[in-house]
Amino acid sequence: MLNAAAGETISLIALLALLAWAVTRPRGWPEAVAAVPAAAVLVAARAIPVSAAVAEARRLGPVIGFLAAILVLARLCDDDGLFRACGGWMARTSAGRPRRLLAQVFVTAAVTTAVLSLDATVVLLTPVVFATAAKLDVRSRPHVYACTHLANSASLLLPVSNLTNLLAFAATGLAFGHFAALMALPWLAVIGVEYAVFSRFFASDLSTGPAGAAPDTADGPGLPRFTLVVVALTLAGFVVASAAGVSPAWAALAGAAVLAARALKGRRITPLGVLGAADVPFLAFVLGLGIVVEAVVSNGLGSALAPLLPTGTSVPALLAIAGLSAALANVCNNLPAVLVLLPLAAPSGAGAVLAVLLGVNIGPNLTYTGSLATLLWRRTLHRHGSAADLAEFTRLGLLTVPAGLIIAVLALWLALHGIGG
Amino acid sequence: MVSEADPVTDSDSTARSVFIWVSEGTWRAAVDAALSHAPPDASFTLLHVTDDAGPDAAHGAYRGMFGRVGHDPGARLDALATAQAADLLEAAARRLGRPCDRLSMHGNTERAVVTASASAGLLVIARDGDQSRPGPHSLGRAGRFIVDHAICPVLVVWPGPPPRDTPGGPRTPGKPDRKRHSL
Repeated sequence: MLNAAAGETISLIALLALLAWAVTRPRGWPEAVAAVPAAAVLVAARAIPVSAAVAEARRLGPVIGFLAAILVLARLCDDDGLFRACGGWMARTSAGRPRRLLAQVFVTAAVTTAVLSLDATVVLLTPVVFATAAKLDVRSRPHVYACTHLANSASLLLPVSNLTNLLAFAATGLAFGHFAALMALPWLAVIGVEYAVFSRFFASDLSTGPAGAAPDTADGPGLPRFTLVVVALTLAGFVVASAAGVSPAWAALAGAAVLAARALKGRRITPLGVLGAADVPFLAFVLGLGIVVEAVVSNGLGSALAPLLPTGTSVPALLAIAGLSAALANVCNNLPAVLVLLPLAAPSGAGAVLAVLLGVNIGPNLTYTGSLATLLWRRTLHRHGSAADLAEFTRLGLLTVPAGLIIAVLALWLALHGIGG
Repeated sequence: MVSEADPVTDSDSTARSVFIWVSEGTWRAAVDAALSHAPPDASFTLLHVTDDAGPDAAHGAYRGMFGRVGHDPGARLDALATAQAADLLEAAARRLGRPCDRLSMHGNTERAVVTASASAGLLVIARDGDQSRPGPHSLGRAGRFIVDHAICPVLVVWPGPPPRDTPGGPRTPGKPDRKRHSL
């Protein structure tokens, strides 16, 4: 074992290199290419004892399995036409009115994020929303922005809604249903804030709809009933399994297995396609990042940050925890942020851990993606964007994030007192 | 900025060159107004600027979720946006029913429109803001900028029936309100 100072130095270098890799993506290679060797180097250099690395891997194992199952479940839902059906429903019920479409997008994106995770909203729902706006001849910007915002802020509700929640779920010590009950009010509150801000911020875009008759949208695809039933049963399985003391990951696995078996039987997907949907490099990245962050925390960052994090679950303490978490999520990224803060918040109980989640889930909307944000934006701007768009997105973040955080914290405090943490 | 056709540059034809800003939800009124107000020998250019903010936001949101591989929605939205631009220009050309050039651009919408139409004899746009009442808010950010900065004469029309309480305003749906701005 290295001494703590040397161990901390090498661990921090590994973490910073990993973050730099994630932002610059040399040759387009995935983050796993850096994360796995970084973890291996730290173990080899004894910056983290082998036993601690193994313990962290064991802790992350079920989380990674859970994550893989949800990713596959969402992808198969998409293959079965669930999101296309959502697009058809939004087109029909909005009748070509941009304001009504925004409300439909909010409902769809909030539910999709909560049940099938933020990945499903960003990757699978956003293109459908864009295509729906195009079909209705309305401006797509408010609706696409709503998807990207709600992918973060509406990911509070369930342990499966965000990888951050999955990572924190065990630390809360809560059952699945209890977690959802405590987060329901903050989830609704922050969605309400987002909607209020969006409908004012985009007032001009939302008041310009196609004149005359609404476009013909009657030929939309129907809802894939079998898929919906499987998703509903999977959700129920989460609650039941967790209440019975069984990991809800098994319910996710069962749901994904049913849909995968059906798709494989119908030759709509290959086994390799299922593996691709599980995004194995992403899973490897989560494991590598977990070990690197564990090394950083155990070598001294944990004890250095501990005094900064208030203890208890009073409103000021929860506000400070959520604020600090949001700040850290913006300085680096919400994944390392939640890994660093979890062990510090856990001793204060479930309320404190949930406050961390409010911060790391809502916070990323402040500086676009909450990940060394301006650097990322510069990369984005190189695509074809303009600085005006960056300014606009930042203004939208400034209007929604602080207000959303405060209201969500108050809602969490109410829930903690009403239901009990 | 990417253009699929060159704007009309021949100085003789400048006066006859009519640019129409084709924008989501409002293009029909602009096309109709151009037809009823352009000189008989006008040469038309349909101009659409793709809003890249949506694809960029999706791309950025995906990149912000560290570690994911191979499912970036930005590229898919780019393709959808390109198809949408082509569809809109096609629909506008059909409604116009006259020979026309099509100009498909990217970037800052208002600046693209002002730059592209600099040498036009007339630019036709539809109000892109709050349609519920007359006044400055009936122009959105892009429309406001275009009216304020356009080099060429601009014809501004309501995209649908104008608000009823317009004092002395136009009463016929889709009819231009004859507000000409020139610098």
